[in-house]
Amino acid sequence: MAFETTTSAFAAALADPAASPPATTRGRLGAPDARRFSVYRNNVAVGLIGALEARYPVSRRIVGDDLFRAMARAFASSRKPRSPVMIAYGEDFPEFAAAYVASLEAGPNLAHLADVARLENAWVEAYHAEDAPVATVGDLSKLSPDQLPGMRIEFHAAARLLRFITPAASIWASHQCGAEPAAPDRWAGEDALITRPDCDVSVRLLPPLAYGFAWRLREGATLVEAALAADDPEFDPGGHLVGLVESGAVASIIPGSPS
Amino acid sequence: MTKANRRHPPSLNLQAVGVGFKAEHFDPIVETRPELGFFEVHAENYMGAGGPPHRRLDAIRERYPLSLHGVGLSIGSPEPLDKTHLQRLAAVAKRFEPAMVSEHLAWSTHDGAFFNDLLPLPYTYETLARVSDHIDEVQNALGRTMLLENPSTYVVFAESTLAETDFLREIARRTGCGVLLDLNNVFVSATNHGYDPYRYLADFPLQAVGEIHLAGYSEDADDAGLSLLIDAHNSPVRDAVWSLYAEAIRRLGATPTLIEWDNDLPSWPTLLSEARRAERAMGVATAQASEPVDGV
Repeated sequence: MAFETTTSAFAAALADPAASPPATTRGRLGAPDARRFSVYRNNVAVGLIGALEARYPVSRRIVGDDLFRAMARAFASSRKPRSPVMIAYGEDFPEFAAAYVASLEAGPNLAHLADVARLENAWVEAYHAEDAPVATVGDLSKLSPDQLPGMRIEFHAAARLLRFITPAASIWASHQCGAEPAAPDRWAGEDALITRPDCDVSVRLLPPLAYGFAWRLREGATLVEAALAADDPEFDPGGHLVGLVESGAVASIIPGSPS
Repeated sequence: MTKANRRHPPSLNLQAVGVGFKAEHFDPIVETRPELGFFEVHAENYMGAGGPPHRRLDAIRERYPLSLHGVGLSIGSPEPLDKTHLQRLAAVAKRFEPAMVSEHLAWSTHDGAFFNDLLPLPYTYETLARVSDHIDEVQNALGRTMLLENPSTYVVFAESTLAETDFLREIARRTGCGVLLDLNNVFVSATNHGYDPYRYLADFPLQAVGEIHLAGYSEDADDAGLSLLIDAHNSPVRDAVWSLYAEAIRRLGATPTLIEWDNDLPSWPTLLSEARRAERAMGVATAQASEPVDGV
């Protein structure tokens, strides 16, 4: 039998829990053995479910071990990793989990699940992002006043901007200690900024208008363009810019051309 | 009894005993700086762009020799090697300058899907040629020889025409690669397929061995109710594997040895005590090997 035929039959039987063990596999009695073959099927499932449990610990606490395991099993059986680098596996789990929970009859109200899972995924991305220096407030202070309005920034590789329709950042933060998490003070959408200027990932809740300002700067707007888009006379672009730089979200500052 | 005339001396002490490095143990390791021969890591865990995993491994590498153990190259597949993944492996090897690089006689990728397990292959001249080509390609990409690990298996294939030991010997001969002798895998496979692990050891290409792995297994049963051992890496090394280790060292002489414990992680002192036990066992067995054997 050709090598490809053997591995194709093996892979097909791995992917289908109802399939018989491949015809040319042998146990000790010289015949295919379902329990022996199921070790491989089980290893694959346990490995993938474990990867999702490690990536989404707060989501798991929110839905409970049993429901999380069921969701993870369903995800793993329909989406195999496309790379041996498992660091990237499960980045599309938040949408899957939200749809899974929504499809449950009399399922729990878990509107925040997708948002919390998105935060957890962004946390892992930030954790593994490229190491790079961050700009400092000192760098900012080197700009002359006429270089400020047209200045732009480059975001740091680890920085992630997130907008939630639920208080997902507060819920996530309340699950960071072992104690019973406190319910959020107010049930409203939140914006968050994730950074990893050095070794430690940090998650910040953003004040009003900061998300849009940071988002525009990340997309290449100048300081003036981003500030005007806030469309609020009280908006303090300098304070927000310093906040962004202090958070470690900025890799470099590009001075504007003096007009 | 003659000791194997080793073709693959690693670039660390032959007496070196190491453990698999886990982030959970980083703090006690850097705080206590134990005497230890080397640390081994799964290469794929360091294929992210950057971040704390790289920093921790830099710190370990500053203090200890390193062994890089790949788990995702799918060398035992009929499909071409994933060139991107091979480049990633070469990049990790370049960055951390390990004393040894090893991979498995197994496959894990099929038609673009990664199965995240070490899957078995039939042993034939066709598969031998394919695996040998893959190892040539890996060694060319790395610019060094690699060690190929014997697998734990739960099934064998009707189409196999070669013994696993002959298959490994011929691969080592054709490619010049070394072999990683995993004694837990030997014991698990021997039990699962009903052969004598000592016979397997006697047939093994010992001259090519560059490293030994020791680990724990778990126990199950197959359809016929026969004992089925699982290569679980979740517990201490069993007595049967320690006995096999003593025999392997008597035949091989001192050989770098790794304690693999990847799941249900123990505390650092527990893991270190397993390494100390391996050091003592290697010392005793090498002393026995150098003594004349009564009646021979």
